[in-house]
Amino acid sequence: MGWALLLAKRAAIGAMIGIAVSDELVSLARMQGSSMEPTLVAGKSLMEGDVLLLDKFPGHDFGFSRGDVVVLRSPHEPQYWMVKRLIAVEGDMLRVPGKRELVQVPKGRCWVEGDNANVSLDSRNMGPIPMALLKARVTRVVWPLERFGRVESILPTGRIVAHGERPIR
Amino acid sequence: MLWKSLSDVAGRGAAIVQCVCFMDVFSNHVLQIQQCIGPSMLPTFNIRGDILVTERLSVKLGKIRVGDVVMARSPSDPRMVVCKRILGLEGDTITVFYHLQIPKGHVWLQGDNFHKSRDSREYGPVPSALLQGRVFYRIWPPQGWGFVGRIPSQSV
Repeated sequence: MGWALLLAKRAAIGAMIGIAVSDELVSLARMQGSSMEPTLVAGKSLMEGDVLLLDKFPGHDFGFSRGDVVVLRSPHEPQYWMVKRLIAVEGDMLRVPGKRELVQVPKGRCWVEGDNANVSLDSRNMGPIPMALLKARVTRVVWPLERFGRVESILPTGRIVAHGERPIR
Repeated sequence: MLWKSLSDVAGRGAAIVQCVCFMDVFSNHVLQIQQCIGPSMLPTFNIRGDILVTERLSVKLGKIRVGDVVMARSPSDPRMVVCKRILGLEGDTITVFYHLQIPKGHVWLQGDNFHKSRDSREYGPVPSALLQGRVFYRIWPPQGWGFVGRIPSQSV
């Protein structure tokens, strides 16, 4: 009896530490959907697709930078997550393809877009979204090995016309 | 001798790490104790800051109802957590000077203090992904000890 209890206790402690680390520091996730191709590639099932290393630190003080690839909770379907690139933050004025007027990102919001412009549903459809939805930054692809490498923070040129007065970073 | 004290320190360090992890996981996933400061939830909650217990489960399971008091991240300031009441769920129609249907995945947050609350009347419907938990119990002030109901209550 004693060893089963000990094993259960060790498993519980391990799970607890694992959850804490995954929530606050770093975690792994499998890419789904094609909205970030070719930067990130998904598979046809949960068994395939890029495995991403997620940095949870920026989610604490919302220190995300323009150009970061971020993981966020979907505003319209709260049970789902989205992976997009952060294009603009509060106060920025940005040019949106297909729209004549410039868009100014309101306070507390941000503008995200998928690298695969043709299929991605993002701020171009739903407008600026609350920055509080952003939970992690994608730093690396760790699997498959042939795609191992850093996920660069790249801001597409010519989109932001003016920066907000208090840039997040 | 050195080995014994090193292993003592390691033992204590491990205990502290486990404690910190436990508190972190517990408050993020089970129960959290928070204060609600400000006038926006008068008369139900006091200005000076009632101490409330928030449960995380209802939000995670999607079992939030109209009338629940919730803690949420503010859409207009990600660093701020606000305490408001849910007055509408997705699909409901809210009437504030005009009729507005709450979009899919969103809720309408409003403070009990009609005149002094910045809420969905200002920042619009809020994605339910911003909800952190349901406030279900008050532990301070002592005369306000008890469950938090789904209708605004008298001040204590």
